[in-house]
Amino acid sequence: MSTTTTRGVAQPAPAKVSKPRPRRGLRASSTFNFWLFTGPFLIGLVIFVFVPIGWSIWLSFFEARFTVTPSEFVGFENYRQVLTDEDFLNSLVTFTVFAAFIVPATWAMSLGLALLVNRLRFMRAFFRSVFFLPTAVSYVAAALIWKMSIFNGVRFGLANTVIGWFGIDNVAWLANPDPPWYWLVIVTVRLWLQSGFYMILFLAALQNIPRELYEAASLDGAKPGWQTFRHITLPQLRATSTAVILLLLVAAYQAFDEFFNLLGKATWGQPPLVELYKMALGENQNYGAGSAGAVVLTVLICLVTLLQGKIMGFGRGEENK
Amino acid sequence: MSASSNMNWDRRNVLRAAMGLAAAGGLAACGGNTGRSGGGSGDALVQYFHAYGEAGVEQAVKRYAKAYKDANVATQWITGNNYEQKLFAALLTKNAPDVFEFHPQIQLIKSGQVADLTDIIEPVKDDFNQADIKSHTVDGKIYGVRMIDDPQFLFYRPSLFKKAGVEVPTTLDELIEAADKLTTSKVKGIFLGNDLTSVQNPLIWSAGADTLTADNKPAFNTDAVAEGLKQLRGLFTSGNLLLDAPADSWDPSAFIQGLTAIQWCGMWAMPAMQKALGDDIGIFPFPKIGSAGKQSVYNGGWSMFVNAKGKNVEAAKEYVKWLWIDQKKYQEDFATSYGFHIPPRTSLAESATKLKSGLPAEGVKLFNEFGHFDNIGWTQAMIAAFNDVMANAVRKDGDPKAQLAACEKKVNAELKKLFG
Repeated sequence: MSTTTTRGVAQPAPAKVSKPRPRRGLRASSTFNFWLFTGPFLIGLVIFVFVPIGWSIWLSFFEARFTVTPSEFVGFENYRQVLTDEDFLNSLVTFTVFAAFIVPATWAMSLGLALLVNRLRFMRAFFRSVFFLPTAVSYVAAALIWKMSIFNGVRFGLANTVIGWFGIDNVAWLANPDPPWYWLVIVTVRLWLQSGFYMILFLAALQNIPRELYEAASLDGAKPGWQTFRHITLPQLRATSTAVILLLLVAAYQAFDEFFNLLGKATWGQPPLVELYKMALGENQNYGAGSAGAVVLTVLICLVTLLQGKIMGFGRGEENK
Repeated sequence: MSASSNMNWDRRNVLRAAMGLAAAGGLAACGGNTGRSGGGSGDALVQYFHAYGEAGVEQAVKRYAKAYKDANVATQWITGNNYEQKLFAALLTKNAPDVFEFHPQIQLIKSGQVADLTDIIEPVKDDFNQADIKSHTVDGKIYGVRMIDDPQFLFYRPSLFKKAGVEVPTTLDELIEAADKLTTSKVKGIFLGNDLTSVQNPLIWSAGADTLTADNKPAFNTDAVAEGLKQLRGLFTSGNLLLDAPADSWDPSAFIQGLTAIQWCGMWAMPAMQKALGDDIGIFPFPKIGSAGKQSVYNGGWSMFVNAKGKNVEAAKEYVKWLWIDQKKYQEDFATSYGFHIPPRTSLAESATKLKSGLPAEGVKLFNEFGHFDNIGWTQAMIAAFNDVMANAVRKDGDPKAQLAACEKKVNAELKKLFG
């Protein structure tokens, strides 16, 4: 009896009909919006990423000099050529040296800048903008400024003018591999270009650290400064640091513009992408070998990234920490 | 209104929209700026030029193109120092130029990228510098029209030579000694380009060797070339060589600004040098190396080619014929009005008044006496292989003989691919 009454009251027919319509509309709208916003990017992804990757893998098994539609199948010959190519193998060493310099240097510098800017009580937005601004400069433009104005080898180059004040002779910063001053030029230009971006990431992370942690630490007797930074700030920045290091490592693998523009026809200091460019798009026009090299490099990047994620715990949930 | 519209979208609508977007994207990709200003009726051509440093050249090239009435010719002016790479990459695409300037290289012919131009050159063949004709000929067919010849030598300041008590060098030893005497706290003795690759061919020729033999075998791996590399290494480490200059050797800035007493450069830079330094300029060939060597001058230059895989091959050939064979006034203007170049047409070279006296006439004399022309078999990949020799044996302390042997191996592999 009561059940019947409740059912009758709880399920009035008109309300039952009217509710699903907006829900269906909302769902349709969400689906439409999803495709509207992701569709163009998905198409772009397929056309400009997946198709070229597939084509590159296909090309890597063919003799493809001066053509991207080859017909002569050569199996793994291009892979053999690339993996025994001294220049390509040296480029991997160059990358390792570069990454060993640039990743910790950028991490430390961007974290340092973030800590400084975070402590500012006034003009914080100004300094944040000043340090972030180089991110908007193209690598090519910055490399040419470094090469032609700051680190040129003549007496009126900025760096040579400064060392000249101390009675030191002009230095050929880029032409001479011994001593390898070119690393100073390459590392400083990239530091200048990318530290601002990572500073913003660290700044956001710093501002997310609860004040209560510092207050509690203070009550427990922790001294402000290094002790607090080491035991509170740094552990709280772990996730951001991991992401920053990962991004820096991938960016180091992708290094091209500054090396290409600064070192030109040098045989030293050539990272993998420059070697692949020379192999495929440069004078040799060997798209088969270049593609094989690209596949090798891609596999290598994936392995290193996975390994790094594993070691540093990237993506590990809070509950597993 | 919009809310109501959104509510009526179903899967079919979404699919239609996605397909529409894909089609729009495809059309957008097709409608990119190709540099073509006309339709596809065969009357629209694209030509590629590398950026010349001298003021007015770009405007002149576009002016010539505009004067051509039988096709709408768009000019792509390619800046930067990697014209070769941009050209090679473009030639593989549908947006490849119909006409482009480059140097004669056999791989362009072997890969079917350049059209046979024998029929348009044959009637005037005898009026061309025969060395230029030879350097563009394979199996009796001529594949490009030379536009300009660019002799390259060492420019020097006679006033600085006199002050330092230096005579014009004729051997590499003397050149290195002169560079030492000319170097002061403000001026370096000599500038051979930032990566030294500009002088790699003169080094080979001055040592009495060659890039390739007549039957396309490597001819550069000799003791004299190795000795020359060793001597250049000594110059590189002496502190008398200008390194890392803001502009490279093709640009006369270092010489004009007084950064160096001697500079490797081309005849194109003479007007700019004369404007800045007046008559205080002299020239001499790359000095000889070893007892069997001989001074040399690199006769560089640029030639016009037709893309054999283009849609408008015949129209492109007509344009090349019109501009670089029929229009003598434009050829002379191009060769002598912006920088100095030698016209490859003998009749023009003889009548060009600007090349008849003073420094330009001296340049023409050295061109005739010591000149070495492009070898069509010496390809870009071989040039790159020898670039590595200059980097490793001169700028880095590599063993010259080992570097030459490594280069020979790469050149042999390249020759095998080209000739089997």
